[in-house]
Amino acid sequence: MTDVLAVADHRRGELRDVSYELVTAGRELADVTGGNLHLAIISGPVDDFAEKANREGVDAIHTVSHGEEFNHDVYTQAITQLYDAIAPQYVLAPNSVNGLDYAPAVADELDLPIVTDAVGLEADGQTLIANREMYGGKVETTVEVDAESALVTIRSAEWPTAEGTGDAEIEAFDVEIDEDAIGSSVTGFEEVGGGDVDISEADVLVSIGRGIEEEENLDIIRELADALDATLSSSRPIVDNGWLPKNRQVGQSGKVVTPDVYIAIGISGAVQHVAGMKGSDTIVAINTDPNAPIMDIADYAIHDDLFDVVPALTEQFQ
Amino acid sequence: MSNGLCVLVPVTEVATVEDEFEIEGTAIADQYLGADLNEWDDYAVEEAVQLQEAGLADEVVTVTIGPEDCEQTIRQALAKGADRAIRVWDDALEGVDLLDVGAKTELLKAVVEAEEPDLVLSGVQSGDDSFGATGVSLASAVDFQWGAVVNGLEHDLEDGVASVRRELEGGVEELTDIDLPAVLTIQTGINEPRYASLRGIRQAQRKDLDVQTLADLGVDASAVEGDLELSEMYEPETESDVTVWEGGADDTAGQLAELLREKGVAQ
Repeated sequence: MTDVLAVADHRRGELRDVSYELVTAGRELADVTGGNLHLAIISGPVDDFAEKANREGVDAIHTVSHGEEFNHDVYTQAITQLYDAIAPQYVLAPNSVNGLDYAPAVADELDLPIVTDAVGLEADGQTLIANREMYGGKVETTVEVDAESALVTIRSAEWPTAEGTGDAEIEAFDVEIDEDAIGSSVTGFEEVGGGDVDISEADVLVSIGRGIEEEENLDIIRELADALDATLSSSRPIVDNGWLPKNRQVGQSGKVVTPDVYIAIGISGAVQHVAGMKGSDTIVAINTDPNAPIMDIADYAIHDDLFDVVPALTEQFQ
Repeated sequence: MSNGLCVLVPVTEVATVEDEFEIEGTAIADQYLGADLNEWDDYAVEEAVQLQEAGLADEVVTVTIGPEDCEQTIRQALAKGADRAIRVWDDALEGVDLLDVGAKTELLKAVVEAEEPDLVLSGVQSGDDSFGATGVSLASAVDFQWGAVVNGLEHDLEDGVASVRRELEGGVEELTDIDLPAVLTIQTGINEPRYASLRGIRQAQRKDLDVQTLADLGVDASAVEGDLELSEMYEPETESDVTVWEGGADDTAGQLAELLREKGVAQ
């Protein structure tokens, strides 16, 4: 029991980057445990994915050709059967929306402890130590897993993507899928957030978060955006509250933006938000909390009340 | 005779942290902590109450794992319209600093088996430890169907099928039909959680809040001894090289304006 099994992530015909990051994380673990790194590719064009994912560090690729799209029952059944066949010490899955739709069920089926959203992993052959954040990124913790085997989901973009061409053996895994146990079916997909504005095209974004407190207060942000000839965007809570439409949302579940200037106002900088704007050329943060995570990626900051700073800034451009 | 559904909503009280805080050992020092109803659970409660108002659900029951201190938070959910509450607590849980997914699953499984709900609406995650795994783990343990990260639920539930939207990354939503009974983990933004009315708050005081021990649930104490241990807590190292502008709002706004002009903004 020294092997590592990683599960690739894909959606609508595209292998997602976290798959290559899982190879890196899995290789690092397998080097410590002294075992092989197996990669599971389940559903979709598996042969095409297997070829792409066959990068340096992968020892074996197991494909399960069953259906085009993700189905958590198919994944759960395939992974539990692979686990029985390979007997890995650790199973790695992506901490994606789909990863979180099957990994806890796999852990329950196999009676494995589960650690989700790991941002770092260390092993010594016996104990697995995972780094994870708590309280929305305010603190980081180490969690020790005292078990023979465990399942971990890893956060995307925390490990580098595996590169190079591997020489893994690609094999179709003979799996028995119990169709009667499948109690959900995907009926379609919808792109949301279309409409009048494409914030990903903007050169300058004035982005507002929870710090605005009330919907009425949005006016001062709109005035600033007008004065700067910038586009208005926001973090998730503003859209959740229905104060701005979904097409204004920056972040993991919204749009990824890379403007020349991103002005984050009253935005704490949760990881999901940062994932959508960290590629901006210049990031300015206006926030009363000097410890807010947004400060870690900001180039310039004002630690002050947005209700004082924003009108003063607008005035500079009128 | 009504044939509406019974909806169970796991509700968590989460610790909230002040902007400035100190860490003592593997926890944030008490004086910097507050308590609140978990944000995601607030949306789950609202969704359940709306199902009841639409005549689709007969009863909305909340279940919370937590000590007596969290009853105020449980009453918040009752004030918003849940019918009654179950609180699971036991001396055996007192010393557990990280109740892992497996342990929570065991406790909630016992409650699901006793209550036999048709639908369990849990939050996607809790705002403090953010594991985001208990709902799906529970579904697997009780042999329910499930859907994770649901931001839309059609209020018809005809033929025992829930039609949901799952919020995937990058502005894509997946439309999925899920057989009942099922666990749905509810994402923020699915609805607009109400504020409790004064009448609701008064009524909540009289609603049934049933406390269950491990023995009451028939769960062995060994089931809650997890395999995970929180061994360290620290403030993340910042790689920040941020330039902080000091001074009054006019000064800092002036400095920012200068930067923006350098970058060619509004010109």
